[in-house]
Amino acid sequence: MTTRREFLVLAAASLAAPTAAKAQLDPNLAAKRKAAYEEALGKVVGGAPVRAGRVKLQLPPLIDNGISVPLSVAVESPMTAADHVKAIHVFTQRNPLPEVVSVHLGPRAGRAGVSTRVRLADTQTVVAIAELSDGTFWSDSAEVVVTLSACLEEGLI
Amino acid sequence: MTTRAARLFLALSAVRLFVGPAAAGEIPLPERRSGYEFMSRETRAVQDDDTGNPGTLWVLDGEALWKRKAGAADRACSDCHGDARESMKAVAARYPAFDPALRRPVNLEQRINACRVGRQKAPALAYEGKDLLALTAYVARQSRGLPINIAIDARSKPFLDAGSETFHRRQGQLNLACAQCHDEHWSGKLAGSPITQAHPTGYPLYRLEWQGLGSLERRLRACLAGLRAESYPYGAPELVDLELYLMWRANGMKVETPAVRP
Amino acid sequence: MARAIVNAPPRAKRGEIIEIKTLAAHAMETGFRRTQLGELIPRDIIRRFTCTYNGVEVYRVDLHPAVAANPLIAFTTIATETGTLSFQWVGDNGYSVTETAPIRVE
Repeated sequence: MTTRREFLVLAAASLAAPTAAKAQLDPNLAAKRKAAYEEALGKVVGGAPVRAGRVKLQLPPLIDNGISVPLSVAVESPMTAADHVKAIHVFTQRNPLPEVVSVHLGPRAGRAGVSTRVRLADTQTVVAIAELSDGTFWSDSAEVVVTLSACLEEGLI
Repeated sequence: MTTRAARLFLALSAVRLFVGPAAAGEIPLPERRSGYEFMSRETRAVQDDDTGNPGTLWVLDGEALWKRKAGAADRACSDCHGDARESMKAVAARYPAFDPALRRPVNLEQRINACRVGRQKAPALAYEGKDLLALTAYVARQSRGLPINIAIDARSKPFLDAGSETFHRRQGQLNLACAQCHDEHWSGKLAGSPITQAHPTGYPLYRLEWQGLGSLERRLRACLAGLRAESYPYGAPELVDLELYLMWRANGMKVETPAVRP
Repeated sequence: MARAIVNAPPRAKRGEIIEIKTLAAHAMETGFRRTQLGELIPRDIIRRFTCTYNGVEVYRVDLHPAVAANPLIAFTTIATETGTLSFQWVGDNGYSVTETAPIRVE
């Protein structure tokens, strides 16, 4: 489904600059982005299985504005030299690019996690993948409903 | 019309057609609620934490500018005003204020520029430029937690009335008055977003939509764009009169600068 | 000009897990936005954030355009020894910012 934001941007672009490429919205946009997400995920995990669990991805279920969404990931792990989280990857399924952040850490972090603020282009599922020192992958996902703020400046000269 | 504009038009076409000027009274003090209360818990948390509030970046810049010598007079704000935490306390809470020299109210940005040009002998800072925003944010930050206190006298009353008239008058292609949403329909929703009472308690503020800090005038220009009304340039008397009215309408509410809004 | 704010405790007990919060001033231009005339605004983002502790990297983040403007990154590290925590942000168009915070570990 086209977001309001995407529609407004493309409408403005198609009206103002007829020579700009792609005034039409791609009807397969959602499918293409999902495929890009699968590919990005594949690059990280290779063919290894990804198990749900151990990872806790926290996002608000509904946010005022998709332009800044607080996100935090925490992974259960003793964080010892023998057993720790090596990396945390966050992906989206509907953003123009699937990657959000990749965190590289080790036992010195004390706790495996990250808190940040991200941009979500649309209501969608966000996925967090933890890569452990033993080579296994664990994941969690969360759904976020994204709304827009009021009285935007588009059209203001 | 965009989808949003069309929805707004349909949603409010049922509202009664006449809104008399000054017939709609101001929201009584006990019922005044800041835009803060209409936001999600997460966005409120961003405002509450100084170390995570991006507005702090501008306040820190403002603090540096306050101490920096400028202009032909080679003077810093601090040379005359000393420590802003003392000298600027409660100042922003009473702006816009009447300027006897100009014989009209001026907002805080204009007051800062008056000092820049008149006292520092430096060129005025550009509206909505990084420096003016930073200085305004720094000065207004010194009023945080204090009640807005706009005092109106015989000299400033005509300007307050002009601002009130703008607030209550229908304008734009959508033919809506500010009062229709912000006096009569606050706590309702406009295309999914909550309608607030429109109190400027935290300006300049970090608007998530702007991904940056912006002034009340910038927000008002966006409001006018939302109505598809003709906008005014920065510093226009129409905007300052409206700012005066909005701040007066928010009297008693606490300053939140730098606030965060969606 | 304030380029970054770092919030880290100035002292801690040995072995204690400390919380660090950082905020960098950066527009994080995605490269997907267009001007009113339809021209693409080029990407300009912070690419990498690194925290080193007495010269040893203890935490690193690769950032993509999906990170919000004025990026906040909060994380933890173990207070192992007295010294300096160093934070570096590196990005497009030669962007490079470093901030440090001393830490006393007892």
